[in-house]
Order: sequence, then structure tokens, then C-alpha cells
Amino acid sequence: MEILAALTAGGLAGIGLWLLLDRNLVRVVLGVAVTGNAINLAVVAAGRLGGTRPAFVEGGLAPVGAANPLPQALVLTAIVIGFGVFAYALALLRAAQRSHGSAATDVVAVSVEEPAPDGEEDDIGPAHADSPLFGRGPIGPSGSTPADPAVASGTGASDSDRVPPERPAPGDGGRGGAATPRPGGVV
Amino acid sequence: MNTLVVAPVLVPLATLVLGVWVRARPGWSAALSVLGAVALTAVGVRLVALAAGGTVLVAQMGGWPAPFGITLAVDRLSAAMVAVTGIIGLATVLQGLGRGGDFHLLVHGLLAGVSGAFVTADVFNLYVWFEVLLMASFALMALGGGRRRLAGALNYMVLNLLAAFVFLLAAGLLYGTTGTLNLAELALLFRQGQAPGSATVAVALLLFGFAAKAALFPVFGWLPASYHVPWPAVSALFAGLLTKVGVYALIRVVTLLWPEPGPVHHVLLWIACATMLVGVLGAAAQNEVRRVLSFHIVSQVGYMVLGLAVGTPLAIAGAVFYVIHHILVKANLFFVGGLAARLAGSERLPAMGGLYERAPALALLFAVPALSLAGMPPLSGFWAKLFLVKATLDQGLWWAAAAALLTGLFTLLSMAKIWNEAFLKPQPGEGVEFGSPPSLPGGSAAGTGASAPAESRPLGALPVWGPMAALALLTLLIGLGAGPVLDYAAAAAQQLAEPWAYFQAVVPGAGR
Repeated sequence: MEILAALTAGGLAGIGLWLLLDRNLVRVVLGVAVTGNAINLAVVAAGRLGGTRPAFVEGGLAPVGAANPLPQALVLTAIVIGFGVFAYALALLRAAQRSHGSAATDVVAVSVEEPAPDGEEDDIGPAHADSPLFGRGPIGPSGSTPADPAVASGTGASDSDRVPPERPAPGDGGRGGAATPRPGGVV
Repeated sequence: MNTLVVAPVLVPLATLVLGVWVRARPGWSAALSVLGAVALTAVGVRLVALAAGGTVLVAQMGGWPAPFGITLAVDRLSAAMVAVTGIIGLATVLQGLGRGGDFHLLVHGLLAGVSGAFVTADVFNLYVWFEVLLMASFALMALGGGRRRLAGALNYMVLNLLAAFVFLLAAGLLYGTTGTLNLAELALLFRQGQAPGSATVAVALLLFGFAAKAALFPVFGWLPASYHVPWPAVSALFAGLLTKVGVYALIRVVTLLWPEPGPVHHVLLWIACATMLVGVLGAAAQNEVRRVLSFHIVSQVGYMVLGLAVGTPLAIAGAVFYVIHHILVKANLFFVGGLAARLAGSERLPAMGGLYERAPALALLFAVPALSLAGMPPLSGFWAKLFLVKATLDQGLWWAAAAALLTGLFTLLSMAKIWNEAFLKPQPGEGVEFGSPPSLPGGSAAGTGASAPAESRPLGALPVWGPMAALALLTLLIGLGAGPVLDYAAAAAQQLAEPWAYFQAVVPGAGR
């Protein structure tokens, strides 16, 4: 019995690892599930197989041939955890597949190596924009409205153009102009 | 007293459950979340105060005595870890106040897992807390979505699950070979030489699982492949706490099972040196703020394991000191890095610049943890490195000390790189990049100030810079008043080296 369990666990672990090394992420996630089950089986087997009677202790004496309940309890916990993890993995896989249009590891997994996106508001820095507790959040389109008069007075002309040639203007404004704060400080 | 031992787990879990009710109301869930984090910090501080005297607080779950039930035990090390966990949790939820209910729920789920791992005295229970914190971290990492983030979350999930599987297998085999999963009982078996040889295999697997979680040398790949993709507050939380759970588990198990330095310590010594050097050299090749910092987590973990591997009381005290210092400093660096990236409109170093001129206060907030990380004298990192290097030299391991010092030098270079690129260098493109209105937290108040306010404004609201300033202040305080902290760390190391109180508390009646 133990030999059979050991062989099954080993076989499942082999299949699981093989799936994990696949180029398709669907099979990788399946590999996670199979490997997890192999481990679960190994844990049950490590806690001794063979006992068939339920381990109800009566009169202070354990029945002969009782199954060890502890590894079963451990594995039940592990199965529940594994189920939750697997469900989440599938959801994540689906989302990743949608956003990448592919489930190949060399398309999906490699995209973390892309350079960080610039200026994406949600990506960088803490956001307090719509926090009711701190409603006057520092971030958000509303922040630009009070700055508009200042911008108009100082570098308004070049700023409305929204083109790079404004370089000299902010520099002057930041250093010398009294009413014109620096480009970074204001806008 | 017993409820207080359970409190590190109960408080975040209660916050989580209550948070589900107010999930749709951002204001309520933010307030609840802050309240929960404050409560966890308070619990941690109270535990430190109680454990400082040397007593080991114990709670037997369900009233079952030790080998049958699950035991929670808090000694000096656990108490300090819980306190630091609370502090980082508080800083994180303050940073992420506007992130909505899900963020707060998951942060508290993660805090429950982390503090549970710190207080448990049972191997399988430790596995369960690992899974709790992993589940929360999987979801936290993917929050916000997007190509890179989903891919990073997948990478992170698959590799961490493999480590967790190894851990589970090790727990099962350990039970199969020794018949117990209680850490104190296991320690007694190993110390009395009654553990069968096959149990060593199980423990080796166990240590492998911890090493993968701690991002030690051959198995650190998941960390730099994923830590740069989530929201910055999430990155900071992970950077502060997750690897340290692995380090804590390593410290706990190795000091319990092998009181005398032996082959395990020898292997760990080599791994620690390799981790330090590989991590810091990896950082040198990176070009984004969070990627650089991620590789530095790896190299810093090497220091902590170095202390464990050297194994003398001074070295372990150094390691404990290092863990506490590192959690505060590293999380703070990620917070500051996130804000700096937001101000500059990018976290690629070549695209950043001019922050020293625009936000001098932020530059100061960066300089304190960065110099502390590199080990500059008045700050906490100096003392941490000093004790580790001294302990290493005391044992005649000059090459390990050399590796540690070399890593410190490279760390300084790396921090100088971020400083030069992001803060000193003029902003490339002269305002085209950061000129876009939404990218500046100071925007709302701008326009009113004439000259000076433009400098302090970019720090934004109090919940943004407040935690950073507080953590920097804490770093400074630990540096200036290192005495009490080191005394505590030394006492914690003493308790780890002679865990009789721990044995007595966890398994009453067990002999020495």
C-alpha cells in the first residue's frame, strides 16, 4: 500500500513538474494543481497508511488498527488551501491571457521585464485622490485649476502650446519670476 | 495574557472580517483599516514590553496540551517582529488610504499571515500562515491589473507555490519520521539525538522552503521578477515583511534544532555570502528605482543569514538587530521611491531627475534610509553591520566579513546611483515629462505660494509623507540610541541560544 502510494505520488509529481516546465501557461497552472495533489498524497502516506478504523478513543484506549487522524487533518487543510489557490490561479491566468492575447510563457511571463511605464497615474506613487477621509487629495485633475491663473500670468503662452520649446520660459520663471512658481512646483 | 498571544492574529483577522462589511465604503474601510493597524502595533508594543523580561507567553489553542494542539508562543524575537509588522502595516495602509476596500482587506489578510507566522510554535501551523500571507500577497500583487502586473503576479505565484509545496511536503515527512510537529518537541528530539536520520531530510526540505521564501542565493529569482510591478505601497509592504518571514523561520528553526554551529551553519555561511554579493551585483545592473531596491532586498537578506550562520550569540543578536532595522528601512525606501517616481513621472532612472531641487524634503527622506541601508555611522544600519562584521571576525571568518563589507560598499554605490540620477541630475526634457498636471501631488495647493512653498508642497498630504518621516525618524532614533535596541536583540539572541524557557512554556514538564 505504501509502495503504491509512493509510486503514485512520485508519478504525479513527475507529471506536475513536466507540466510546470511547459511553454503554455495553462499547463503550468495545471502543473501547480497536479504537483499539489502529489504532495498531499505524500503527506498522507508519510503519516502511515493501513489503519482502517476510525480513531475514536473509548475508555482511554485507542482501537487497534485505527487510522491516524492527524495527517488526514493536515491534508484536508492543505486540500482546501490548494483549492483556493488553484481557483485564484485560474482567474489570474484568464486575466493575464486576456491582457496579453496569449498564454505562452515567452509572451506573458516575459512582459515583467518591460521598462516601467511612465506617468501612469495609477501605477506610480500613492493615490489619495478620491479618499473621503482626505478629500482634498493632492492628486487629480482638480489640482490644475487653481494653478491656471499663475500659469497664464507667467508661462501661459508657451504652456498652452504644449510643446517642448517652452524650455527657457519655465527656467526664467522658476528662478526670477515672483508670481511664477517652478514648472514642477505648480503644474 | 493568553488573549494577548492570540491578538496578533485576531486583530488583523477581525479587521478583515469587519472590513468585508464596509468594503464598498472607502471612507469607512480606510478608517477601519487604520484602526486595525494601530491596534496591531499596540499589541506588538505590549508584547515587547511583556516579553522583554524574559518570560515566554504561551497560548494552547483549544486548551489541548502541546503535542496534540497548536501552540502559540511569544518570546522576545516574536514580540519584536509583531511590533515591527504592526508599524509597517500602519505605514502601508496610511500610504494606500485612497486605494479602496479591497486593498485594505488584503493588507490585513497579509498582516494576519505574517503575525501568525511570527507567533506560532507548530510547523504545520506555520505552513498555514505562510499560505495565508501568500494568498493575500498573490491578490495584492495583481491589484490594479495591467499587462506587467498580471504577468508579475503569475510569476510570483507559481514560484512561491512551489516553495510552499516543498514546505508542506517537509511538514508531512517531518511528522512521519518524528511523530510531532511541535517546534519545541522537535528541538528536544534533535538535541537529544533521538531524531531518526530521515528526519534530517525533512528538515533540509523545510529549510529549502524557508530559503526560497527568504530569497536566498540559488532560489531568489522570484523576487526581482515581481517586486517592481505592484502598487508602490504594496511593494513596500512586501519588501518590508515577506522575505523576513522566511528569515525569521530560518532563525527560529536553526537555533532550535542545532544549538552548536555545524554543517548546516557552514552551508548557510556560503549561501549568505553568495546571496549578499549576487544581490548587490544584480542591483548594479538595474535601471529602475524599484528594481534596484528589489535586488538590494536579496543582498540584505544575506546579511541576516550571515549572522545566523556564524551562530555566536553576538552574531545572532546582530541578525535580529538587522532584521528589525531592515524592515523599517527597506519599506521606507520603497515608499520614498514610489513618491519620487510619482513626482518625476517615471521610475526609470534615466527619465527621472531634478527632485533635489523640487522636493528637498523628499531628498532628505530618501537620504536617511538609503544611508542607513548602506551602513553609514549615525544610522541604524551601521550598528547592524558593525555587530555582524565583528561577530564574523571573532570567529576568524575574514572572507565572510570581507564579503559583507564589499556588499556594503556596493550598496552605497547603488544608493548613490539613485541619488545622482533621480535627485541631483536635472530633469531630462525640462518639464515636458512632469509638466502634465495630474502627475504632481502638490498641484492642488500650487499657485498660491510664490517661492518657498513650491519646494515643500510636492510631498503631498500628511498620510503620504507622514509615515515616511516617522520611519526615517525611527531609523535615526535606533541609530542614535542603539544601546537599548541592541540590549533587546542580545537578550532575544540569548533566549534563542538557551531556549529552556521556551521549552518549558510550550511543552510543560519536558526535561531539559
